[in-house]
Amino acid sequence: MNYLYFLYIEFLAKHNIPQLFGDLTFYIIPCCIIFAALLVVVLALVLFERKLLGWFTQRKGPNRVGFWGILQTLADAFKLLCKENITPRGAERFLFNLAPVVIFVPVMIALGLIPYSSEFTFMNFQTNLLIFIVIGAMPVLSILLAGWASNNKYSLFGAMRSVAQILAYELPMAFVILSVAALGSSLNLTQIIYAQSTRTGMFGWFGIPCIIGFVIMFICVVAELNRCPFDLPEAESELICGYNTEYSGMRFAIFYLSEYSMLFANSMLLAVLFLGGFLSPLGKYLSPIIFPPEISGVMVYFEQAFWLFAKTFLIIFVIIWIRATFPRMAQFDLLKFSWAILLPVSILNFFLMVIFKYLTGGGYV
Amino acid sequence: MSKLKLNLGPQHPSTHGVLRLILELEGEKISSCEPDVGYLHRGMEKMAEKLSYIQYLPLVDRIDYLAGFFYSELFCRTVEKALGIELSLRVKAVRVLLLELNRIASHLLWMGSFLMDLGAVSPFFYAFRERELILKYFEKISGQRMMNNYFVFGGLRRDIAFLEDVENIIKILPDKIRDYENLITENPIFIQRTKGKGILDKETAFNFGITGVNLRASGINLDFRKKDYLYEEIEFNPVVLDGCDAAARYKGRILEMKESIKIISQVLEILRLEKEFKQQLINPLNLTLPEGEYIQEIEAPRGLASIYIKSTGEKSPYRLKWRTGSYYSVNLLRNILKGAYLNDAIAISGSLDIILPEVDK
Repeated sequence: MNYLYFLYIEFLAKHNIPQLFGDLTFYIIPCCIIFAALLVVVLALVLFERKLLGWFTQRKGPNRVGFWGILQTLADAFKLLCKENITPRGAERFLFNLAPVVIFVPVMIALGLIPYSSEFTFMNFQTNLLIFIVIGAMPVLSILLAGWASNNKYSLFGAMRSVAQILAYELPMAFVILSVAALGSSLNLTQIIYAQSTRTGMFGWFGIPCIIGFVIMFICVVAELNRCPFDLPEAESELICGYNTEYSGMRFAIFYLSEYSMLFANSMLLAVLFLGGFLSPLGKYLSPIIFPPEISGVMVYFEQAFWLFAKTFLIIFVIIWIRATFPRMAQFDLLKFSWAILLPVSILNFFLMVIFKYLTGGGYV
Repeated sequence: MSKLKLNLGPQHPSTHGVLRLILELEGEKISSCEPDVGYLHRGMEKMAEKLSYIQYLPLVDRIDYLAGFFYSELFCRTVEKALGIELSLRVKAVRVLLLELNRIASHLLWMGSFLMDLGAVSPFFYAFRERELILKYFEKISGQRMMNNYFVFGGLRRDIAFLEDVENIIKILPDKIRDYENLITENPIFIQRTKGKGILDKETAFNFGITGVNLRASGINLDFRKKDYLYEEIEFNPVVLDGCDAAARYKGRILEMKESIKIISQVLEILRLEKEFKQQLINPLNLTLPEGEYIQEIEAPRGLASIYIKSTGEKSPYRLKWRTGSYYSVNLLRNILKGAYLNDAIAISGSLDIILPEVDK
């Protein structure tokens, strides 16, 4: 990040713009980049999911708008933009309009906390991981707001289920994250990634010693994102659309957008914690081999981002695969599953990891 | 706790505009359920009183558009029996063949939509893929995919053809059914969702007039095909399970599809031997039934279907009444949903295989 900062200040100095201006505006740039990147990623992600689901179910998926259906999601987004925003009668107007805003802000922040490459984290704090967890739990507020303010019984049911579910799955997730933090001796995501580079390639990843934690965390992420088989809050055949039943037009699009960005951010977190984040699975970066030495220094950063994205999309692929395979769970089994199985196992896993750390003499770092 | 009144439908994705359930909820628990039907009422019975028999025949398929052949057969059979017409062996075999194919198609669609109700998307498309084979075949022989209008009084519109397609279908289907079983039956979430849900004990099933797979999944061996004159030559075992729950009803339909495949292969054997196509058609223009009352019944995919015709010797019946399986299943919802969670309500009502056109007629 410092590297980029100096580049920016240097660039401004060339055009005789005072450094103060640079200091103030520098932090706006990442926000713009995140937002732009987010839109592109979400559009790609929606297409990815629809194509995959199509193939899983013996269809072609979207294939009309643009070559190979590439512009389909763009067309959908445009359609949603043009639609009327309806506030139902009897809805709590202020809260109803507030909910999409509340859901979108934490998503943006969460994406800023991920280290995309060793030098490129928008917000690099010592306690990135902790902030991510806190931020990641915030969308539930918005879901509750949306469900309650809509003045619709189905929305309310969806919101209540969502809250119960996210509370239940937050706790095992916290214990798994604790164990990863213990393994990496840090709460900073970049340092956790570096802690996974002590052995060659894939063998250093925390996903190997902490495989139980990885599975638990994966389940929790799927549950927290309200995705199949934990998609009770949006169970179409029961609750129509859950908390966003009454939303239309752009407000609905924002819910949709934040849902997919949250999927992306959480999958990235999984990749960072367990699959070595931006580290190459081969142990060495390929760019010094592929590119000439003049640019390979810069290309390494791009390669790191590539590895992170590849791992993320692998995780998302599995999540979509699960969606194509499993039916939905029942509400009470779902809560029981978390409190009775995941939580004890995750606590056990935490102790195992601490012992593992002690036995390897902290040498895993 | 105060009760919450919830209108499940008619504008709801899983009732798609034709069924309304008025639920009273305590938390997520259903304390009472009141089905409201009639959104698809077309006056099928009243129409019969104005139309002549041949005019009414094409409409009969529409009583249950997923199992049109059964109602067509039922209506034709009543007229044939009333006039004392005997069908040749080949015609009988063809009718059985089409009925069983239709039963498979209907069960496949049920399986897809039931799994859709449970939240699984893929089986719906897989089921439709196989159903498509059957519908393609129907289209080939009758020109229609669903409302076939292929049976006529005294026989068939034309002789059966393209039997190699049927051979192909029954060759493919067992593999596909095995696929469904691998994907669904052993799935722990599916078991969790259906096992012990929507218990229908023998007594309730009898009292509510439940028939078909729903009854047989409660351990009662009652299959009207056993008494059916079409099935005289054919050997088959009715599927009887004693699970009484949604899982048993699912299993029953899967097994019944397998049983239907066996019946079809027997029928193909008969058709191979009995090449001669002879039928005794009636001139429908001045067709009248002798004065009296006629009742016929058949085992449709959704339970016993029966027809009552009272004729006064006119060109159209004086009174015509249909009895369909789904109507009784809808009524059962009052009883079976009480005490269930909202989460299971859709799964339970889905497992009963309710088709609304059949209810509303």
